[in-house]
Amino acid sequence: MTSMVLEIRRPRQLWQILFSTHHTDVALLYIVTSFVFLFMGGALALLMRTELFTPGPTIIQDPSEFARIFTVHGTTMLFLWAIPFAAGVGNYLVPIMVRYKDMAFPKLNAVAYWMIPPGAALVWLGFADIGWTAYPPYSIISAAGPAADMWIFGLKILGLSSILASINFVVTIIKCKHPDLPLMKIPMFVWSMLIISFMTLAAMPTFAASLIMLYTDRLGLSGFFNPAMGGDPIAYQHLFWFTFHPEVYIFLLPAIGMAYELVPRFSRKPLFSYTSGVIAFTLLMVTSFAAWAHHMYATGLDFATKTVFMIGTFAAVPFSAMHIFNWLATMWGGRIKLATPMKFVVGGIMLFFASGAGGAVNTAMPLDFITHDTYFVVGHFHMMLMGTITLIFFGFAYYLFPLITGRMYHERLASVHFWLTFIGAIIVFGAQHQLGLLGMPRRVFDYTPLPDLIALNQLATIGAFLIGAGMIAFLINMLRSSAKGKPAKMEDPFEIGEQYFDYRRREPHT
Amino acid sequence: MSSHTGERKGSHYTLEWLYVAAVIALLGWASVDAWIVEKNIDEIPESAITIKVVAQQWFWTFEHPDGKKEVGELHLKVGQAYRFEITSKDVIHSFNVPFYLSLMDAVPGRINKTWFVADAPGEFLIQCREYCGLLHYQMRATLYVEA
Repeated sequence: MTSMVLEIRRPRQLWQILFSTHHTDVALLYIVTSFVFLFMGGALALLMRTELFTPGPTIIQDPSEFARIFTVHGTTMLFLWAIPFAAGVGNYLVPIMVRYKDMAFPKLNAVAYWMIPPGAALVWLGFADIGWTAYPPYSIISAAGPAADMWIFGLKILGLSSILASINFVVTIIKCKHPDLPLMKIPMFVWSMLIISFMTLAAMPTFAASLIMLYTDRLGLSGFFNPAMGGDPIAYQHLFWFTFHPEVYIFLLPAIGMAYELVPRFSRKPLFSYTSGVIAFTLLMVTSFAAWAHHMYATGLDFATKTVFMIGTFAAVPFSAMHIFNWLATMWGGRIKLATPMKFVVGGIMLFFASGAGGAVNTAMPLDFITHDTYFVVGHFHMMLMGTITLIFFGFAYYLFPLITGRMYHERLASVHFWLTFIGAIIVFGAQHQLGLLGMPRRVFDYTPLPDLIALNQLATIGAFLIGAGMIAFLINMLRSSAKGKPAKMEDPFEIGEQYFDYRRREPHT
Repeated sequence: MSSHTGERKGSHYTLEWLYVAAVIALLGWASVDAWIVEKNIDEIPESAITIKVVAQQWFWTFEHPDGKKEVGELHLKVGQAYRFEITSKDVIHSFNVPFYLSLMDAVPGRINKTWFVADAPGEFLIQCREYCGLLHYQMRATLYVEA
C-alpha cells in the first residue's frame, strides 16, 4: 500500500508524488485532497442532521457549536471539495486533451495546489461561526476571534490558489494547445475549464478585496461595512455576491463539461451539437455576472433593481436548458450503456431539472420573499451542489478510475453507491424544500416541535444517512479496487466500442 | 471515431431553436407574472398604520404610533393595514411573519419597509430569518391579531 496504489501503472513512493510538479501528480493530489474534504464536510453534515432529528439539543449542546459546524461544512464543500476536484480533473486531462507536455507553468501549478492545505488548516482549526457568507456586521462586531480572522485568511489563501490555477489553465489552453488543434475542436471539458478560469479571474479579486476590508474592519482600522463607523453592510453583500453568483457557475460548469464527455461515449452516438454547447457555455459566463443581487431582494432593494436582477438571473436559464437539450438529444436513439459513470450523469441531469426549477422560484421576486433564508434555499442549492455537481463528479471519478489506476472498480458496489446517493439526495433535499415552505429558517440549531416539522426533519436525516452509507460504499470501492481490482482492459474498459481516451496522443504517465 | 466533435446538421437545429424559444417564453411569462404581483405589493396603502420594528440580539421591539412599546409581542387589529419600518441595533436580522408571507431584513443604519393587512385573527409566529448569532434560532415574538 505504501507505493501509492492510485498510480499503480507506475508505482512510486508517496514523497515522489508529493514533491512532483508533473500535472498528473498534482492532479492526483488535488483529487485525493478533495475527496478527503468531501468526507470531512460530509461528517459535519451528518452531525447537523443528527442534531435536527429531534427538536431540542441532543448531540450538540451549544448553539454556537452548531453555527461553527454549518460554517465549516459550507466552506469545506465549496472551496475544498467542488473547486479542488474540478481543478484536479482539469490538471489530469487538460494537458492531455490539448496535447501539451504539462501545464503551462508546472511550478505555479504545484504552488496553487500547496496553498490548499494551509488554507484548509486555517478554516478547520479556526472553526468560525460566521456562516460561509460571513455577513457583516456580525462577522465584524459579533464574531469571536481568532476563529473569524483565521477563516478570513484561510479564504484569502484558497481564493489566491484558485486565481493561480485559473491563470495556468487559461495559458495552457490558449497558448500551449497543439497548433493543429483549433479552439473549436478542443473537447467540451476543456471548454468548461477555460470558461471557469476566465470567470474566476473576473470574479475572485472582488471577494479577495472584500476579505481585506472585512479584516481591517475587524481590526477597527476602517469602517467599510460597519454602520457604527458610517459604513454599509449591504455593500459587502454586493461585493460578495458579485463574486459568488458567478462562482456558483464555476462550481457547475466543470460538471457540465464532464457530462459532455460522458454522455456521447455511453450513448455511443456523436454529440448532438458541439457549437450549441460552446455558445451556451460562453453566454452562461456572461449572464452569470448579471445576476448577483437576486440573493439580496430582502435587503430592501428598490423595485427597479429587483426587476433588473430578476431578468438578469432568468437570462441564464435558457443556456442551462441548452446543455440539457444537448444531452437529451445525444442520448435520444443512442445505444445507451448504463455503466456507473453514465448512471451518475443521468441521475445528475434529472436532479438538474429539480434544482433549476427551484432556482426559478427563488428568482421570481414575490416568491423569493417566501423562500429566502428558509430551508427551501438550502434544499435548492444542495440539490444543485450534491444532486447535480457531486453526482456527475462521482461519475467522472469512476470514469477516470481505470486511467489513473489501471484497474476496474467493483461495478455492483458502485451501483449501490449510486442508488443510495441518488435516492438519499431526493429524500433529504426534497424534504428541505418542503420545510422551507413551512417557514423553517436556515441555520437554526433548533425548531418548534410541530408534527410536520419533526416528520420532515426526520425524513431529511434519514436521507442524509442514506447518502452517508453510499459514501462508505464508495470509499471501500476506491480503496479496495485501486489495490486489488481486476486489471482494466485499457483499450476500452467500459466496453462501449470506443478507444478509451481516443484523443490521447501520448501516454500520460511518462 | 472522433465522437465528441461530431456535428448533426439540418432539421435538428430547428428543434433546438423551438425548444429554446419555448424556454424563453416560459421565463417571459414567469417574469411578467412576478413583476405584476411584485408591483401590486410594492405600494404601501395610505391608510396603513406605521409600526416601528427594532431588532437586536436576540429579541424584537415594536413601537406603535402612540409611542407604546412592546417587547416580544405585537398586538394588531384585524382588517387593518400595517406598515413596518424595520431596523436593527447591532447585526443584520430579518423580520419574518410566515403566516402573512412577510419578510424584510433588519439592517443597522437603514430603515426597510414592508406591509400587510392583518386580515385573519389569531396568534402567529414572528421569527428572525437571517443568521444573527448564538440565539438566532430562538429570536421569536408572537403576533396577536385581535378584533
